Amino acid sequence: MSPAQPAGSRPAAVFTVTFDGLPIAASPGQTVAAALWTAGVTAWRGTRGGGRPRGVFCGIGVCFDCLVTVNGRPNQRACLVPLRPGDVIRTQEGTGHEDG
Amino acid sequence: MAERTRLAVVGAGPAGLAGALAAAARGVRVTLVDAAEQAGGQFFRRPAEAFAARRPPAPHPREHTWERLRDALDRYRAAGTVTHLTEHHVWCVERLPASRGFAVHALCGPAQEEGVTVRADAVLLATGGYERVLPFPGWTLPGVVTAGGAQAVLKGQLVLPGRTVVVAGTGPLLLPVAAGLAEAGARVAALVESAGPRALLRRAPALAGQPGKVAEGVHYAARLLRYGVRPLARHTVVEAHGADRLEAVTVAALDRGGRLAPGTARRVRCDALAVGHGLLPHTDLAETLGCALSGTDVRVDTEQRTDVPGVWAAGETTGVGGADLALAEGHIAGRSIAARLRGTAPDPRAWAVADRARTRLRAFAAALDAVYAPPSDWVDRMTDDTTVCRCEEVGAGRVREAVGALGAGDARSVKLLTRAGMGWCQGRMCGPAVAGLTGCPLTPGRRPFARPVPLGVLAGLPEPRPD
Repeated sequence: MSPAQPAGSRPAAVFTVTFDGLPIAASPGQTVAAALWTAGVTAWRGTRGGGRPRGVFCGIGVCFDCLVTVNGRPNQRACLVPLRPGDVIRTQEGTGHEDG
Repeated sequence: MAERTRLAVVGAGPAGLAGALAAAARGVRVTLVDAAEQAGGQFFRRPAEAFAARRPPAPHPREHTWERLRDALDRYRAAGTVTHLTEHHVWCVERLPASRGFAVHALCGPAQEEGVTVRADAVLLATGGYERVLPFPGWTLPGVVTAGGAQAVLKGQLVLPGRTVVVAGTGPLLLPVAAGLAEAGARVAALVESAGPRALLRRAPALAGQPGKVAEGVHYAARLLRYGVRPLARHTVVEAHGADRLEAVTVAALDRGGRLAPGTARRVRCDALAVGHGLLPHTDLAETLGCALSGTDVRVDTEQRTDVPGVWAAGETTGVGGADLALAEGHIAGRSIAARLRGTAPDPRAWAVADRARTRLRAFAAALDAVYAPPSDWVDRMTDDTTVCRCEEVGAGRVREAVGALGAGDARSVKLLTRAGMGWCQGRMCGPAVAGLTGCPLTPGRRPFARPVPLGVLAGLPEPRPD
């Protein structure tokens, strides 16, 4: 049931990032959201109120539903942020801050 | 603070590109400011540069137009006439006192925390649009994405939202989205369009005036047939199902009046739903500048001038009408700007071709708008626990309570009572639903900043000098 990568797209170099501690493959220019979709992950945030799972919705940086914690910084838009080798992605619970 | 330029163009989609190129061709120094890594906007979105994909999954239907724009942009950049600032997210355009022009404030850097300001004598707002999605039960489940979002991620990142996709809603965007997903390898389980063929027939004269655009739709429909996808007209997605992610949707037929036809509901298994109900213009920058709007669109004159001197607007921000209309409007704006910056009045005969295209395409857009109306009972079909405001997790029931028991008569009162529209997206996603539940027309949101701005950037702005 994981989202697929269509044919014709052969990223040149592949590097590793982690999502909640597990390694996933990424390539230069790939956004956090695209790498997570490719790895079969569709949700990476729990809402502040109901703790409901969320992932990409608008895909173009308008809706802020895909917020995620990257390298310790919460509230990054997964659909916009490009990945770099070694990036540490974590599911964001609530505001992503301790007091959240 | 960056060097002062003659013209700042905000947005590098079709309208912004056409405007920047038309002005640059007439000797205007242009700074093109855009949020994306590459020019093109949503319409001409390409795979990320570093992605090293040899070519996009399918050739763009307007490949030649794109190549012409790209080559011209490259030429003017090499000549130093156009400066292209990529990955610059404009959050405010400020009108400076005493005719000192404009300050275009943007955020850049990996975390968008660096402030950059471009000074300009004139501004062209070509900020495009975003998708309207009308809520229904289950629309917040992971796997439900906007139709345009599914297309953007496919075009830019070559990734599919799922293996089995339902495309649903209303509007001319659904056909190309479904065709693109099918060609990239997704199984399109259903293409669900709430408009009926009769609505199309009623508008036939206006649509026939633009045979090329109608052919484009037929072309996508034919491509879909190759994958065994037949659009389901006058149908709608009633509900999305799943525990923690999308597993299926319920699809039902609509009657002639646009209401649910009893006994027609059926379940379609899917792991992604790409849904959209047309586009809305981005008008935040124009509103902060004080530009007049008509309805949700920035109001412009025949030269694409807003009512604020020195500010032009073109493309979806002045009314949603597609890439060709945006190109025509941008071109006219660029020519007008070049003349006005020289202190002369432009001769409209110089852009007669673009003017005719603009007239024709606006009529076409108006006809499409009437055809692709959402189902008439969409407001009633939101259950009380259907989330309306995705950011603040406000259900339709609480909005109804604010309107009914508490007497809220507009979106602003609903926001104050319920927090709907107060979150990260600043009501862009829930605006249409709140307006529908409140029974008032959708009005622009009055957002002083077009996106969240770090306090450090605000604190670092220079003090306005009295002069």
